[in-house]
Amino acid sequence: MNSKFGASAACCIPCRLAAIGAAVLALGGTFAYAAGWLTPARLTTYRIIDQFQANNGPHPGYRRNHAKGLCVEGYFDSNGNAASISRAQVFAPGRTPLIGRFAIPGGNPSAPDASVPVRSFALLFRQHDGEQWRTGMNSTPVFTVHTPGQFYQQLVASRPDPQTGKPDPAKLKAFYAAHAETRPFQEWIKTHPASSGLADSAYYSINAFRFVDAGGREHAVRWSVEPDMPYAPVDPQEKSDPDFLSKQLGTQLERGNLRWHLIVTVANAGDPTSDATLQWPADRHRIDAGTVVLERTSAQSDGACRDVNFDPTVLPDGIRISDDPLLAARSAAYAVSFQRRTREEALHGAPATQQP
Amino acid sequence: MTNTSRHFSPLARLLHWTMAGLILAMLYIGVAMVAAVSHAHATLIALHRPLGVALLVLALIRVAVRLRNVSPALPDDMPALQRVAAKASHLVLYGLFIAMPLIGWAMLSAGGYPVTLFGSWHLPAIVPQNVDLFALLRALHTWLAFALFATVLAHLAAALFHGLVRRDGVFSSMARGER
Repeated sequence: MNSKFGASAACCIPCRLAAIGAAVLALGGTFAYAAGWLTPARLTTYRIIDQFQANNGPHPGYRRNHAKGLCVEGYFDSNGNAASISRAQVFAPGRTPLIGRFAIPGGNPSAPDASVPVRSFALLFRQHDGEQWRTGMNSTPVFTVHTPGQFYQQLVASRPDPQTGKPDPAKLKAFYAAHAETRPFQEWIKTHPASSGLADSAYYSINAFRFVDAGGREHAVRWSVEPDMPYAPVDPQEKSDPDFLSKQLGTQLERGNLRWHLIVTVANAGDPTSDATLQWPADRHRIDAGTVVLERTSAQSDGACRDVNFDPTVLPDGIRISDDPLLAARSAAYAVSFQRRTREEALHGAPATQQP
Repeated sequence: MTNTSRHFSPLARLLHWTMAGLILAMLYIGVAMVAAVSHAHATLIALHRPLGVALLVLALIRVAVRLRNVSPALPDDMPALQRVAAKASHLVLYGLFIAMPLIGWAMLSAGGYPVTLFGSWHLPAIVPQNVDLFALLRALHTWLAFALFATVLAHLAAALFHGLVRRDGVFSSMARGER
């Protein structure tokens, strides 16, 4: 027997068995800790998605947020202007096919379109080299909160009261009073009434990102798509139809393609990239990178966007995430939503087509 | 190396201990990244994929090395049940070493995700995009990871049992070379 075992021979067998048990427990305990099982108070992806489910009730097969939406398809015509600050293939002159999805925030797939003042537009650019650029944009340039923790608290505060089926106004008021970071968003919503439809609204990247040019230099940016169609306020007659947004878009696309300019806004040194509640000053350098063109729309029950997780951290070489804490949380939480809804779809079939 | 050697070859030991560290790291990274909402999520995902590919390559080399060389024989006095458990658990380990990265790769392919490694380096899809298949592979990736972790723990406990209680040379056959 070698010396190492000889030295330990004096130790009793139960002590050695206990040592083996301790080693296994230590490794197992570390695993449980890494998984978050030992710290139920820690904010995890599962708690965020569970809270969405608690707020909205079960809607198997649907996204846990932005549940109501429709699919679109088209292409991006790049003019090459943004290629100086990003080496991503999508910005070289030429055409990149894309699929997209318009939606309204919230986890209820049959919510009336007029029930929220915000709309979202998600895009997946399919580069010819196999890489992808996915982005989930909102019709507001700023987000309500700064951190995942605040986002979770906002979700908890807006949980519907079981008696009324609506969020408790007192709880919401208390949340907003206690969270000064929500003011720029509220201010923006007050001064920018929702557009008449999906096609006459601009959509914003919400978070900052970093473009990487051919020389490896980084540029802090945000992007937006700005519509060719001029803004008009919501038609009070039309908005009584719970699905006016999708119907209107379908009619518009029958008449012809819809276009937005993809505008890249470049930060100055010192502009905050880690806070989605703060806008950059209006005089920042803007690059018109080309045109997003939509040709077709289809229902989300069978459209190309149905099976896509619009994870905003799926980026091609030439675009990187910023230090914004919301980005990692969006990616992580979307993954749980995608995991759950695809599981439900696999077990019970795709959800029925929404009316209409 | 002959079947009379009581120690694994230096290459087999290097592969074993390298993979032991990486696989434990991978299991912790995987279980942490799916729950994390902080920047750790992005950092861990960026590690998880290239590490998975590296482990697939290492596992294939390891199987080849294992098949080409005769492993040291188990002690004659080992009870039959323990011998069966030893052989079966090694088969499970090798099977999972190869299955886990392949399932991860196929799962991302089925989910329609680009399989990005570093920068513009990415792998092709190995199955067509299909969310039903994604759902199955995503669940398998989790449950087989738990099975792999449980088998690793059992393997560690058995190795320590050989080293500390039976003291029959099985532990040192992987822990060190001939003296």
